[in-house]
Amino acid sequence: MKAMVYRGPYRVRVEEKDIPKLEHPNDAIVRVSLAAICGSDLHLYHGMMPDTRVGMTFGHEFVGTVHEVGSSVQNLKPGDRVMVPFNIFCGSCYFCSRGLYSNCHNVNANATAVGGIYGYSHTCGGYDGGQSEYVRVPFADVGPSLIPEWMEEEDAVLLTDAVATGYFGAQLGDISEGDTVVVFGAGPVGLFAAKSSWLMGAGRVIVIDHLEYRLEKARSFAHAETYNFVEYDDIVVHMKKITDYLGADVAIDAVGAEADGNFTQHVTSSQLKLQGGSPVALNWAIDSVRKGGTVSVMGAYGPMFSAVKFGDAVNKGLTLRMNQCPVKRQWPRLFEHVRNGYLKPNDIVTHRIPLEHIAEGYHMFSAKLDGIIKPLIVPSPS
Amino acid sequence: MPYTADKPKPKESSEQLRARIPGWGVDLDPKDRPSVPRERTDLATGAHWEFPERQEEKVPRERSVEHKFLTPVFGTSAPPAGLSGALRKVAYRYSEGRAAHWLILLAADRINAWESRLASFISLHPDNPVTESGVLSEFSGHGFRSRFGRKRADLAHQWIDPAVAAGPWILACAAVVAIARKLRRHKA
Repeated sequence: MKAMVYRGPYRVRVEEKDIPKLEHPNDAIVRVSLAAICGSDLHLYHGMMPDTRVGMTFGHEFVGTVHEVGSSVQNLKPGDRVMVPFNIFCGSCYFCSRGLYSNCHNVNANATAVGGIYGYSHTCGGYDGGQSEYVRVPFADVGPSLIPEWMEEEDAVLLTDAVATGYFGAQLGDISEGDTVVVFGAGPVGLFAAKSSWLMGAGRVIVIDHLEYRLEKARSFAHAETYNFVEYDDIVVHMKKITDYLGADVAIDAVGAEADGNFTQHVTSSQLKLQGGSPVALNWAIDSVRKGGTVSVMGAYGPMFSAVKFGDAVNKGLTLRMNQCPVKRQWPRLFEHVRNGYLKPNDIVTHRIPLEHIAEGYHMFSAKLDGIIKPLIVPSPS
Repeated sequence: MPYTADKPKPKESSEQLRARIPGWGVDLDPKDRPSVPRERTDLATGAHWEFPERQEEKVPRERSVEHKFLTPVFGTSAPPAGLSGALRKVAYRYSEGRAAHWLILLAADRINAWESRLASFISLHPDNPVTESGVLSEFSGHGFRSRFGRKRADLAHQWIDPAVAAGPWILACAAVVAIARKLRRHKA
């Protein structure tokens, strides 16, 4: 089969690999029909995530058709059209049995601080991902769901992470009616966080980014008020000014560890890899939210230490809430929202790239060329 | 007025927002939010086991020392090999709470990239920096135009990129030349 393969920082290529095998009785092998590149794949691509090994296949957003199932699989059969959440989880451990699917204790031998994620380094379990023609899906009775007949495949693939994570980020903000919500980052997750904030009753939704075309999308797609931080000497002061000098009630960090940092942060994180990326967006969130407010974090951060302004968070009495999204827990409600037209996932898709051209896809997404917001990867039919 | 008890009023009322934004307020009640409360024990997961059957360990599998035993299911993507593999095994002696764990892993990642790059030159599929870097999309994705008037995400560090990309190659070539000269002098 053809699969994307990591060759080192900023380098990927397509190689012939063996079709994955059933390794466990509850595994399924899924033939991928559509995958996506996620903003957090760029952490791997940039070499920021420890234990990202040459030869790995990335891709934690994918949908496809069941090709083969293990002997203990009861809920799926070959030919079923499935969507697979980015989390790998067992459904039965201490954490899964409490609904914390992203914190599963039974799937990641390499670490206890994070669960299992498809194609997301050995720190997240060492599983190959779905930017390929076939993928191994562990705990097939637990993770995947049948794609509803009425649902478009492009909507389904976005529900495996971007939509669910954005919606989850808004939930973590504990939004009350009339709250002012500021979202840092107008990428796919930030756009869905902004959109979801309205569903939860926000009175005002502000989106901050540095790319004008993404801010335009935040205005048209997510009905948000937008600011380009490049145009302001100090975006935190500007945020205070426009919120009557109080600050926002809720700040959502939808950027993660790779916000453009100052020179020191760029050198220590991007170049020397001494911290898990520059936490500029998180620090802006801490500074921009009002005292007693809530900061929600679902931007991706690596396990390395970051220079986070924790003292300000303490002194302001903030509530910091964060996690990887337990995707499958969100699905029933999100399916309703998609069906009702409140969320239109594939509205943000800008590029559809053949698997063979995935290196170009990564470069474009990394450099933000060609107005790219969300690239999908299409394996060639064979 | 932030210095009194009043909460600033949004520019639009809830009714105006409901009329303007599809779905406004449908999840206003926290009970309608799927992750509220955070921990719930009444969710059906599909698991029909108390503890999952264990995946066969065909080759010795590294694991975090914070785990009591190898997890019942694990990934098999890229077993450790070579110098980078040896370093990775050392890293897994330390807990995730230790900087040594992560710093050794990051060092192993860099060594792994170089190992595979050198190994590719004696394979039938050598590395190709042009196709693998995706730089060809500069032509198909309006790369030139994006450097002027529009902010590219990578503009901030482009000045240092050539040194980062070419520097190790230049250093390696210089080392080879230096060694060759030394050997020639030694022979003479």
